[in-house]
Amino acid sequence: MSAETATAGSVTTSTVDADNHGEDHGHASHATSTGLSNTKLAMWVFLGSECLLFGGLISTYLLYSTRGNGRTLPADVFDIPFTSVSSFVLLMSSLTMVLALSAVNRGEAEAGRAWLLATALLGAVFLGGQVYEFTAFVREGVGFTTSPASSAFFTLTGFHGVHVAIGIVMLMSLFIRSVNGNLNQRNSETVEIVGLYWHFVDIVWIFIFTVIYLIPVN
Amino acid sequence: MSDTTTPTAANTGNVDEHAATASHESDAPSEDHAHPSDWAYVKIALALAVITALEVFTYFESVLDWGVALVPSLIFMMIVKFYLVATWFMHLRFDSKLFGRMFTTGLLLAVGVYVATLTVFEFFA
Repeated sequence: MSAETATAGSVTTSTVDADNHGEDHGHASHATSTGLSNTKLAMWVFLGSECLLFGGLISTYLLYSTRGNGRTLPADVFDIPFTSVSSFVLLMSSLTMVLALSAVNRGEAEAGRAWLLATALLGAVFLGGQVYEFTAFVREGVGFTTSPASSAFFTLTGFHGVHVAIGIVMLMSLFIRSVNGNLNQRNSETVEIVGLYWHFVDIVWIFIFTVIYLIPVN
Repeated sequence: MSDTTTPTAANTGNVDEHAATASHESDAPSEDHAHPSDWAYVKIALALAVITALEVFTYFESVLDWGVALVPSLIFMMIVKFYLVATWFMHLRFDSKLFGRMFTTGLLLAVGVYVATLTVFEFFA
């Protein structure tokens, strides 16, 4: 490949010989007006818009966090050591996700599959922890309709949990594609797109864990 | 291919030999292969784990009373974790700046809108 045609794997320009590019770097590609992958750009725009969604949910909880209608507040029944372990699990799933992408980029299908499965499993462990936490809250008398504070809390963490669940579905679909031999270097951008979503879910939890769980409610 | 690139990503000291260009200073498309080595990712994950441990440490006031430094410290650690995941795991450090701008626009808009909202409702009072 000549100097004029040097491009990113997911990035192409009109000067690129798409066939050679695919052979050299293993990415299926096509020209775009920006020279960047439209799919990847769309995912970043989507993630930017997700900031507004979660920002709204977090702000709502912050505003209602002390409105318990005289009943137990969610903050009163937080189990910080347990949630810390959950947070750590989700954090480590970001590592396994990025290792999956790295393996797929190198053409190591088996390693890629293993890391994808590990990521999905860690996500499932996190979700299981969230279900356990919700159950414990209900046993303590903090249900979805108990108070504005509990409604805001369950809505926020529930929305995040749904995002994790969607991420697990996407990871498992990638895993199945890989098992069927349909995931390789040529379409590794798919793994990268799912990875971006997964890391975003992790970033949102980083925010929630600090702002909702660790910073004391006055 | 390698002769057409510059090893700008190598300034991390953790980049694979086959890693190529990362255009940090422009909107120009960057090299997808300019990703760090697996070991670099593990090191970032270890840093994240240590910061998380520090965050949890603040919860146990009987060990150390952080006083007025508690909230600023927690927010600082949260921002560092956020930055590490976004720049390393999401590759914003190595990808086109346009991706980062798209994300940052949404993020800053959200922060602006909701800080204003919280201020209007006297949350910070």
